[in-house]
Amino acid sequence: MRIFDPHIHMTSRTTDDYARMAAAGVLAVVEPAFWLGQPRTNPGSFTDYFDSLIGWEPYRAGQFGITHHATIALNPKEAGDPRCRPVLDLLPRYLEKDRVVAVGEIGYDSMTPEEDDAFERQLAMAVEHELPALVHTPHRDKAAGTRRTLDVVAASGIAPGRVAVDHLNEVTAPIVHDSGCWMGFSIYPETKMSPPRMVEILREHGLERVLVNSAADWGVSDPLLTLETGRAMLEAGFGEDDVDRVLWRNPVEFYGQSGRLDLSEVAGAREATFEGSSIKRGGS
Amino acid sequence: MTPKPADQTDGLLAALGQEWLADAREGIAAEPGSVTRHFAAAGRRAGRAPLPDAPGWTADEAARAVLLAALPPQEVTGQVADLYRYGDADEKRAVLKALPMLPVGAEAVPLLLDAIRTNDTRLVAAALGPYARHLDQTMWRQAVLKCVFMGVPLAAVDRLEERADAELAGMLAAFAEERTIAGRDVPEDATALLDRLTSEREA
Repeated sequence: MRIFDPHIHMTSRTTDDYARMAAAGVLAVVEPAFWLGQPRTNPGSFTDYFDSLIGWEPYRAGQFGITHHATIALNPKEAGDPRCRPVLDLLPRYLEKDRVVAVGEIGYDSMTPEEDDAFERQLAMAVEHELPALVHTPHRDKAAGTRRTLDVVAASGIAPGRVAVDHLNEVTAPIVHDSGCWMGFSIYPETKMSPPRMVEILREHGLERVLVNSAADWGVSDPLLTLETGRAMLEAGFGEDDVDRVLWRNPVEFYGQSGRLDLSEVAGAREATFEGSSIKRGGS
Repeated sequence: MTPKPADQTDGLLAALGQEWLADAREGIAAEPGSVTRHFAAAGRRAGRAPLPDAPGWTADEAARAVLLAALPPQEVTGQVADLYRYGDADEKRAVLKALPMLPVGAEAVPLLLDAIRTNDTRLVAAALGPYARHLDQTMWRQAVLKCVFMGVPLAAVDRLEERADAELAGMLAAFAEERTIAGRDVPEDATALLDRLTSEREA
């Protein structure tokens, strides 16, 4: 089983996690920019974090044979803080980077006017920089937040097929399914979504436009729940090819829309390499 | 108006042979701020394969050096510092490799100090190229020792034989002793350098 985790916060994880993930078949990850639990108080705190997502973290992942890409944004939890908002002016430079494959996580936390503004501006940046968008949905008032999210996405002019709406459940999945956006599911030990529930959702809605992630971060979470979901699919009668589609080909298709997904260093990759080159980069 | 100094990246430009660079360079000369976007996208436009006609350079690194050389001379120091500050690892490495070809004097030394402070072997190695002639001897010795410690081949260090001195020999000997007592290996190139420095002193 080859696994592409389309949403995981490796900054918060240890090298033991990287080793376990590699052993479990995780070959590629995307790390979205989000909050760190402790509120930030200035834009420089964000840029140092972004630098890590496109510098140190891909290097660290590479030590374990895992290919690392990132998404960059001002996250919803900090979008209302006037001390943080100036980072919006610094985002365009990061949205041009090689390993940045989407604008994200953007969206709502408490659905304030400040969050509206940051969300709209960053969707416009996704269009401007020709990137997909990764949209977080709020943990509270989720159904209303998801509907409002889809309204803002529709008004922005970005193609729904270039948007993933994340952290869905049984209530919000059908709403997003009908919108044409991708459906993201975060498999957690206790909250959000579990492997057996995920299997039921796949039976209900099919495999198209589905992204399954661990969203593992600094909270109670587990980077191997993608693998558990794959196993649960097999036990429920899905085939190996179905699992490969959900856990590998779907995230490649979604983030591949950026034109910047480089899987040339993935061991045994069947994907086309960058301009035919699989040369290891900068290896001295 | 002072004439522009000879462009030391002409060889890289020829080795690349890519037409888009001519337009990009004209744009950068006229509007220096446009270097930001060209610099970030250079890997996607130029590719990333090693250049047969420019040994030691990949296409993205060479394209980035060529773009930097197109900046008006008075803009180079400021733009280079900014591009390094906001660069990803590949961009930072390209800046470090381009420094000896750019009219920056010793003003970019803080970039080397930043790179040497990292734990990314690609950046540490790139910091010890020809531009490291501007590093004082104390910092240079520490950087060489860090290479040995991290397993960066000493072939990456420019003018190693010329600059290696008795004090570096002492540091390498102490490092080798610690490693040996711990039952760990000492890199062969470090042992060979230590042997040469020691035999020179005895001769």
